[in-house]
This record gives sequence, structure tokens and C-alpha cells, in this order.
Amino acid sequence: MQIKPILSALRHHKAGTILIAVQIALTLAIVCNALFIIQQRVTQLSRSSGVDEAHLIRIQNQWVGTDDKDIGPLMKADLDTLRRLPGVVDAYATNTTPLSNGGWSTGMSLKPGSKGERTMTAIYFADNHTLNTLGLKLVAGRNFHASEVAPHMPHDTLQPPQVIVTKALADKLFPGGQAVGKSVYLGDKPSIIVGVVARLQVPWVGGWASNWEGQSTLVPRQLMMGGANFVVRVKDGQLGKIERAAPAALLASDRMRVIADDHGVMTFTQMRQDVYKRDRGMAILMGVICLVLLGITAAGIVGLTSFWVGQRRKQIGVRRALGATRHDILSYFLTENLLIGVTGVVMGVLLAMGMNQWLMQAFEMQRISWLWVAGGVIVLLLLGQAAVLAPAMRASRVPPVVATRTV
Amino acid sequence: MFGYYLDLALRSLKRNKALTVLMILAIAVGVGASMTTLTVLHVLSGDPVPGRSAHLYYPQLDPRPMQGYQPGETQPMRQVTWIDGMNLLHAGRADRQALMTGGRVAVQPENATLDAFYSDARYTTSGFFPMFGVPFRYGHPWSASDDESHARVVVISAELNNKLFGGRDSTGQTLRLSGRSMRIVGVLRDWRPNPHFYDLTRGSYNEHEGVFVPLSTSQDLNFDHMGGMSCWGNAGGGLHPSHTSTCVWLQFWVQLNSPAKVAAYKSFLVHYSEQQKALGRFERPPNVRLRNVMQWLDYNMVVPGDVRLQTWLSFGFLLVCLVNTVGLMLAKFMRRAGELGVRRALGASRRALFAQLLMESGVLGLAGGFGGLLLTFFGLWLVRRQPDGYAALAHLDPTMLLVTFVLAIGASLLAGVLPASRACRVTPALQLKGN
Repeated sequence: MQIKPILSALRHHKAGTILIAVQIALTLAIVCNALFIIQQRVTQLSRSSGVDEAHLIRIQNQWVGTDDKDIGPLMKADLDTLRRLPGVVDAYATNTTPLSNGGWSTGMSLKPGSKGERTMTAIYFADNHTLNTLGLKLVAGRNFHASEVAPHMPHDTLQPPQVIVTKALADKLFPGGQAVGKSVYLGDKPSIIVGVVARLQVPWVGGWASNWEGQSTLVPRQLMMGGANFVVRVKDGQLGKIERAAPAALLASDRMRVIADDHGVMTFTQMRQDVYKRDRGMAILMGVICLVLLGITAAGIVGLTSFWVGQRRKQIGVRRALGATRHDILSYFLTENLLIGVTGVVMGVLLAMGMNQWLMQAFEMQRISWLWVAGGVIVLLLLGQAAVLAPAMRASRVPPVVATRTV
Repeated sequence: MFGYYLDLALRSLKRNKALTVLMILAIAVGVGASMTTLTVLHVLSGDPVPGRSAHLYYPQLDPRPMQGYQPGETQPMRQVTWIDGMNLLHAGRADRQALMTGGRVAVQPENATLDAFYSDARYTTSGFFPMFGVPFRYGHPWSASDDESHARVVVISAELNNKLFGGRDSTGQTLRLSGRSMRIVGVLRDWRPNPHFYDLTRGSYNEHEGVFVPLSTSQDLNFDHMGGMSCWGNAGGGLHPSHTSTCVWLQFWVQLNSPAKVAAYKSFLVHYSEQQKALGRFERPPNVRLRNVMQWLDYNMVVPGDVRLQTWLSFGFLLVCLVNTVGLMLAKFMRRAGELGVRRALGASRRALFAQLLMESGVLGLAGGFGGLLLTFFGLWLVRRQPDGYAALAHLDPTMLLVTFVLAIGASLLAGVLPASRACRVTPALQLKGN
């Protein structure tokens, strides 16, 4: 295939050629970055929270007309009620859970007070039932003893004698070392790490906690403040039943409480859906934009090439009459498109990198990997070839006799 | 001439239906996508208190220890401590001022058919209502003396009043909040500034309080605090904010009616910081900011990054659609070079040809713009079904409606000018000879 005649023919269609190349370049730049955004969001929303989500329910409960100091017995009675329900494996009360996007974070240090370097961690209030309820796997040390669990009043300073930390936090605090038995500080008094669990995500997904999303701490404390989040683990197939039975049992035991209608009782599956809704929406939107863009670009190529074929019917006829085969004509148009496509993707790669650079500055995105750009290049070149195929086939069917006709 | 050109344009468009539909769709989709995202951006970056925002300022102080302080770099805290808030409030140096924080109370209706429910609450001082221009349906705000006497009074929102009292004048009635009896002194009209500028720690959009209680009273009754709290040093233990701890958890707003007063207030903040440093409470040199509402929103980047990203992407999308349309239109016009050559030879001026071709692209643009408008309505309807707090606000106002049409027509005329100007440059002789 000779490229020179194609190039000189293209010189007569400068504007059209440039426009297609620019369109391919813009499409490539947008599609690469959009796909990259999709990939990032999907990675984010498929991260595990570390808990047995399929069997968990969270009940947000607020006692009404009770002073904080009188909550202890109410909480104990409610937990007894929940644990006695048939179909319930275990239950505990806490301040917050993973996937809730709200909670308590603090700095943890190896030195007392504000002296040492502080490592960020999320604080989960817990008791000796917590590991069993959430389905957390202990990789070292032991669970809390019932005797270690104590009430925590809102104005108290949090410095429990024992804590359980996640492996991610233990590795961060004691790189390569044994964490169980070591002391850490939330305030002035030391807390001994009695156990390490494999994984427990912090309550926040993405955003400011993304650098320490696995660094959680369980404290053997029950928070005495207005209300509580009860977490209930159910047996297989009992989720729907307990979702209704648990709040009903709580209300039956004591009516002086508020369990909100809308988000008061939620399964962890619903919580995951809710908390990642925006990420999923963004990924879907980006996907739709990519598809429509590729469609429009393909349609543009089809349209423009069709015109060119129509315009050159006579020249095609002459070439055919002079002995060019149908295959020659077909490959002429395919090569022409490939030349334009390659120009477009070269510009597009530069544009995609520039766009990514700008996204990194303005939206704190990561650097796009070459794999995505390479993928985009291949997709667009193939798309161009596929789009040009139909008009090119039509061109190859132009009979030689056209050459003999005027107009 | 206009009618004739219109007729020609329609004939030409009809000749190649698939292509015409493709061009119209491309413009419509591009315009629809960019207008949907632009409208969301426009709604989210609007002024929450029009007419007042320029005079409302948010003083920031920096009471943290020296550790981590970089002169000129470190921003002061985003909220104030109880002690600083009270000091600034009682200094009373501004035209109006209010100290506030967020909370949540359990509302226990007298009406036995309603279960108790939570309501978001704002604990604030009496300056809040006149300063933000909060409209009252019934009654009035509480007074400064109510603040002083820790009066058990409450102002409720129109929504809560509808729910509890069917919209009747409920002033003077008693409302039970978290087990305490409070007297209703005022009922608001519908008032939902968006973004929720005065306390951004509770989500920026569509978080609106049903209950307003004097700050002093809320502290007496130990009502729940909800919202951001940052602590430092050694006191960061308690969950419930205390009045003496080194934690910031209150917002302090002032109204300053003239630039001179703004400058004076800023120097007052510097002076206050120096004084506190001399007393040993502050360690850092004076590190203060005084931002007005829009500057404060800007600094906090309340418009979600995703929304800005989507807006940029959709304009990139529109650009591709336009380039596409330009290419197709160019090819189409060039193909008619013969026909145009004949018209030129018969005496049509270049300008006449240009007008005729531009008419064709104008018709396309009009159709595309109309399609784009429909798609914008559809897009906004989709946005409103999203779970985000701001989603419900996404409506097309007259300004944005106008912008949509201008964008559509402008875009397609722009897309028509290049092809038309190239096509009408045909040399009549060459075309006639070629035929």
C-alpha cells in the first residue's frame, strides 16, 4: 500500500482531516481519564470492611427522658433482650460502626501526653461480645474479659487500660514487631494492647481517612450518652425476620425510646449501598459518558467518510477501470483512516496526560497508568477502523463503469 | 429571503435524514449534559443569604500550642472554643454577633398519635435571627435577656410547626424536648439557606434545624451536641464538649456594616490574640482570619469536587460534540460545492451564500438546543433522584434556562460559521468546469 497518494489526497481535505483527528484526540483524552476515574471508584467501593456484613443489623436507639448516668441498666437490659431473641447470634452496643461515615478519631502515641508522634486511629466502643458479633478474626492475643468492660461518661477522658487494635494499626505503630503486650497512649495513661484483629475498616469511607482506612482501635468501654448503636449478628436466613423483630422487642420492653423510621434499623448491606451511592453513581455516569462519546465519534467518522466516498465515486471508478481491485479500494480507505487515527491518538495521548496532570492538581487524583492510555489508544484505533468499514465497503463496490459517465 | 433560505435549509436537511438526526442529537446531548452539570454547579455555588452575605464575617482564632506552627502557613481553627466564643460575644465589638453550635433533641409530641422523633437543633444566642435576617411567621426571636437568664424558650421551624400543630400559631404553647418543657416563642417561615453556611461541620447542604434553643439553656439542660469538634493537647478525652477543654466546637459570626469596621474588627482580633498570649492561654503569635460568607464557603470548598469534575467533563463532552458537528457540516457543505458554484455564477453574492448556509446550521442549532433543553430537564430529574443532600435543589431557574438556549444556538452557529465560510469560498468557474 502506498501512503504517499493517500497523504496528497488528504491534503485536499485538510479541514475534515484535522477535525476527525481532533475529535479522536479529545475522545481519547476524556475516555482514558473517565475510565481511570471508574477504576478508582470501583476499587474504593469494593474494599472490605472486615466485618460479616451479610449477617449484621445496626439499630440506632435513643432513650428518652433519661439522664446519661442512668443509661447503664437500660443498655444492659436491651442487650439481654436482643441476645435472647431466637435467630440472633450475638449483639453489642457501640458509638459507631464501619460504613456509617461518622465517628470518633484520635491520635495514638507511644509516649504519654502530647509528646510523641501521633498515629491516626478510629475509636470503636466495644465489649467482650464485639469480636463474636462483628465476626472479627483475632490474629494475636486475646479478646476483652467481661470484667474489663466499663461505662464511659461523656465528660470522661478516654484512656482504657486495655485496647484491641487492627493489624494495620499494629504494623504502623510497631513496624515488624510484636504489638501484643505493648503500651500505647490515648492520653496520659498507658493502654496495653491485649489483642490484634485482622481487619476492621474505619467508619469513614474515602476522603480524609483514606490514608489510614484500616487503623482502628477497640476500647472496652460502653458510651453512656443519650443513645446507642446496637449491632446484632443473626443466623443464616434470619436477617429479614430479625430486622422487624429486634426493634419490636426493644419497644415492647420499654417504650421510652426513639428508633427512627427511616434509618433507625439498617442491614450492613444497605449501609454499604448508602455510603457508596455517590461513588457508584459517578462510576456509572463516567461509563455512560464514555459510551456516548465513543458512539458519537464513530458516527462522525462514518458520516465524514461516507461523504468522501460519495465525493470520490468518479475517481474510484477511474482507479477500478485502470485495474485496481476491490481490495485495493477497501484498503485505501482503511489506511487513510488509520493515518488520521494515528495522528489523533498521538495528540490524544499528550492531551490525556495533560488532563490527568490537571486533574491531579485540581481534584487530587492519582497519576494515570500507561495501561489505561494504551488501552484507550487501541480502542479508538479499532473503533475508527470499524466505523470506516461500511463506507469503505460501499466504495469498493463502485463499478469501473462509473469512470465513463459524466456527472 | 429569510423564508426562502429557511425552505432551502429544511430541504437540504431532509435530503439526508440520518445525518441530520445525528447532528441534532450530538448538539442536544452535549448541551443537555453541560447544562445539567452547570445548573447543579450554579445552584451549589449560590449565595445562601443574598444581600447580607457581604456584611457577615466569620472570625477565626488560633489557640493551639506552638507545636506544628509554621508562620504564614498554618490556618487558624475553623471553630472557636467556649472561652474565646464567650469573650468575643461579650466584647460586642461588631454591629451584631452570635455564638452557636449544632445539636439534636428528641421531640416528644403532646399528641399521642405521634411517636417521639429526633430533630436537628441549633443552640445559639439572640443575635442569630436579626443578623441572618431569619423571617418569622408567628411570634419573635428570644431576647438577649433570655440568653442571660437561661430561659426555657424555643423557636421552631415552619416544617416542625406544620408537623406538630398543623401550621397554626403555636407561640405560647409548651414543647417537650429531650424530656424538658420549653415554651415556644416564635415560628419561622420557610428558611433554608443553602449551603448551610453558618455551620459547615454538619454537611453543607439541606441540613436544616427544626428547633432553635438559647445556647445558655442548651448547656444547662445538657442537650446533645452534634457537629465537628477538634481537640488538641491533653484534653482531647471527652466526647461531650466541655467549657474548659482545649476543644473548638462553636461557630461565631459577626455582622460588620462598613469596610472601616471590618478593619477595626480584624485589629481587635489581633489585639485579643496578643492579650490571650500575654495571659498564657495562647502560645502562637496572632494568627487570625476574617472571611465573609462567600470567602468562607470558598475556603471550605463546599461545592463537592465530584460536581466540579462533572462540569468540566461535560464541557469536554460538548466540545467533542461540536467538533463532530463541524466536521459533518463541513463535509456536507463541501459536497454541495457544485450547486453553490452555480448560484455564484448566476450572480449570488458570497454573503448571500454564507447567509443561506448559516441558516441551515441555525436550524440545526435550534433543534439541538430544544433537544438539549429537554435533556437538561431529564438530567436534572435524574440528579434529584440521587441521595446527595444537595440533589433536591437541582432546578432550572430562568437564568439557566436562558443560558441553555444561548449556549445551544451559539454553539451550533459557531459550528456552522467555519464550514459555511469555507464552502462559500468556492470558485464558480472551477465548479462549473468540473461539471
